Amino acid sequence: MLLPTVLPALGALILTVLNPNLSRPELCAGSPTDEPSTMTEIRPAMTSQSTIALRESLATEFRNFLPADAVLSAYEDLAPYECDGLSAYRQAPMLAVLPDTVEQIQHVMRTCSARGVPVVARGAGTGLSGGALPLANGVLLSLAKFNRILEIDPDNRWARVQPGVRNLAISESVHALNLYYAPDPSSQIACSIGGNVAENAGGVHCLKYGLTVHNILKLDIVSVDGQRATIGADALDSAGYDLLALLTGSEGMLGIIVEVTVRLLPLPDVAKVIMAAFDDATQAGNGVAGIIGAGILPAGLEMMDNPAIRATEDFVHAGYPLDAEAILLCELDGTAAEVDAQIEQVSRVLNEHGASDVRVARDESERLRFWSGRKAAFPAVGRISPDYYCIDGTIPRRHLGTVLQRIAELSGEYGQRVANVFHAGDGNLHPLILYDGNKPGELARTEELGAKILELCIDVGGTITGEHGVGMEKIDQMCIQFDAKTLAQFHAVKAAFDSNGLLNPGKAVPTLARCAEFRAMHVHHGELPFPDLERF
Amino acid sequence: MPEGLTEIQEAVAQAAATNTPLCIRGGGSKDFYGREPRGQVLATTSHTGIVAYEPSELVITARAGTPLRQISAQLDAAGQMLGFEPPQFDDNATIGGIVASGLSGSRRPYSGSVRDFVLGVQCINGRAEFLSFGGQVMKNVAGYDVSRLMTGALGTLGLITEVSMKVLPAPAQEMTLRCSVSADRAIKLFTEWARQPLPVSGASHVDGVLRVRLSGTEVGVAAARAALAAEEDPGGDDFWRRLGAQSIAFFNDSRPIWRLSVPSAAPALDVDGDLLIDWGGALRWLKTDADVEQIRDAATRCGGHATLFRGGDRRGAVFQPLSPVLLNWHQNLKQAFDPGGIFNPGRMYPEI
Repeated sequence: MLLPTVLPALGALILTVLNPNLSRPELCAGSPTDEPSTMTEIRPAMTSQSTIALRESLATEFRNFLPADAVLSAYEDLAPYECDGLSAYRQAPMLAVLPDTVEQIQHVMRTCSARGVPVVARGAGTGLSGGALPLANGVLLSLAKFNRILEIDPDNRWARVQPGVRNLAISESVHALNLYYAPDPSSQIACSIGGNVAENAGGVHCLKYGLTVHNILKLDIVSVDGQRATIGADALDSAGYDLLALLTGSEGMLGIIVEVTVRLLPLPDVAKVIMAAFDDATQAGNGVAGIIGAGILPAGLEMMDNPAIRATEDFVHAGYPLDAEAILLCELDGTAAEVDAQIEQVSRVLNEHGASDVRVARDESERLRFWSGRKAAFPAVGRISPDYYCIDGTIPRRHLGTVLQRIAELSGEYGQRVANVFHAGDGNLHPLILYDGNKPGELARTEELGAKILELCIDVGGTITGEHGVGMEKIDQMCIQFDAKTLAQFHAVKAAFDSNGLLNPGKAVPTLARCAEFRAMHVHHGELPFPDLERF
Repeated sequence: MPEGLTEIQEAVAQAAATNTPLCIRGGGSKDFYGREPRGQVLATTSHTGIVAYEPSELVITARAGTPLRQISAQLDAAGQMLGFEPPQFDDNATIGGIVASGLSGSRRPYSGSVRDFVLGVQCINGRAEFLSFGGQVMKNVAGYDVSRLMTGALGTLGLITEVSMKVLPAPAQEMTLRCSVSADRAIKLFTEWARQPLPVSGASHVDGVLRVRLSGTEVGVAAARAALAAEEDPGGDDFWRRLGAQSIAFFNDSRPIWRLSVPSAAPALDVDGDLLIDWGGALRWLKTDADVEQIRDAATRCGGHATLFRGGDRRGAVFQPLSPVLLNWHQNLKQAFDPGGIFNPGRMYPEI
């Protein structure tokens, strides 16, 4: 996990606490700027003479085609880039560049490619898996200046935007046209669309409206050697392999996203939300299956357990029943007549599944209040614990009861409290492990508990990440989820785009050697999935 | 290993060892599609069966050779369906072929394409290695999305042995409306409707007749019907099924049939021939003897692409040619999955 001993490639890595004092909603960890001063010392990027020389010569080269203030090489200028939303991982880059034209990006890539320097692209830096963690010997390519909406086509219902545009800004810009962009990660006021594509971001509404991959039409990519290419089209498909799907969620490992064309949908006439309380979390899980089984696909279907309910109620007063073991929030959207019919049907299903209380938000303000609790769940948990660590696994829904039970047992075994917040409709769990980073050993125990929960997800046929990405955080769990041949195939895919491994190297897909090392310390169910691999 | 899989893997290993090109084939219902097939036929039809289906999970997992009709029947019995409305050109179509071809039916613009519903794929690569990508859950961002890369790759990257797909609840009610209008007028109406939250699940225009299908709850469909001025088409269900199967009269023609995928509001194309519009304007079927370049130009001018779907010269460029950067990536990916070039060589492009 996060322990430096198993991260030899990142020797300079400093562990710090995860900070819940959020300036943005629902980030698992604090933003780089709001870390407490008690933080462990951050080391400057590099010290060796050869790397200092490289930094200076590269900076000089970049200043030939970039404005002076777009090339950052002083340590104090680089500090804001040393982590993304997962602030437990920190590393200042060798250099940071902030180009504002695609030609400049191409030039940066040509330069780095020719000199064999790795590049890590960064959008808003809200990612939760360390995908934008810089490299000590690499260039950090910030896309922050690419923040313009370039074109909106209401008749074909798409918007062509630069990668640094914030997710929510897209929907805001087309609201007057009665259109919106559906994927709504909870960081949507801050996260950028380029990062959403790189991580295949989800959100509360993806059960009905899909993930980022389902809602984009076209990308412009700059390749590792600086060539610009368009994948996808303004049409619904394009010729050849589905590179649009492959690039989505590829965590900056295959190309730099320099333009995104997103699909827009007509705003629904009406959205209504039901809140149902249960005395038993398994019953709530069955209620979810009951709704889907009745042939209804809600716009959102969320679940919170008692610790999460208590924390949020205390924080935002959403009107949740404090004595419930679990609540479900079910949103239905469509035409007024349709929504009314479905509200009635869902209420019946929830009552049949033993809900102790079923309430339909009476008006828009109550609907927003019901949602405010869910949306504030992470910072709310942050108020009741010095620190927390957010997990992102997905499981087949039928195992929800078992998995919840097992998480509770693990929580007891490790002596760490866990609050659970789920995208229940699609089986995506966000257990939040509460801990105090200032207490010796708690962070390490938390990480181990987190790893156990992810393994539990794999055991029931799920995955280690539903929407946050692998990045640096879950790279070891990749060794459990995939066998050596499949991992080797992933490396071959990367090499097809980046034969020298310069784009965000070391993230998302572990090397086979790393997996062997991880395995040596971590035998799962007494089986080794790499029996043929030499161990050292 | 289940029946058929060992034999398939051995056949691939043998072909890899002897550099023998293989032509992967399910039920053969799409033998006509793509560039001319070549190589020794390797059938997936012995590898059949629904592996897992739990309606409340909205996921079905089936082996590649499973007939589509078997899957549809099972889903239908549980009140569910494949949301992308796979075109079934004959009774033999298999789920593996559906995924490999990447073709979606009339519901595509409204509920998604075949790749949108693919959650996981098991496959054999060109080194005869058995690999598993994705899974059976709705949200999964661990590793590159190879499942969706395989979708529509025409078997050139690997032999798909099993797929997991998201399924949807079948709508409580469906109704087809029709009216007689010109193609230009139909495109305008489709555009107007698409900007409103109407429960449209199909919109086509052929031989001067516009048809629009509404799907949803009883009240939702009734409300939409009242909003759209058109008469009910009692033969609607049959029409959409036959449109998907390409068994309506339009497709019975000696001229080559082109598939043009374009932005939905693009005006009617300036090419001689007969036109059928589907996907609310985003898909145009064109029967024409016009020059290939003229057809491709018409598609690219409005931001789309053209495929020679049936008939014509299958030795030439059936699919829209790729830019040099994209072709290079295609060749590199082919090399990454199938270094010996044994799977369906040339079926998509001569270089892969």
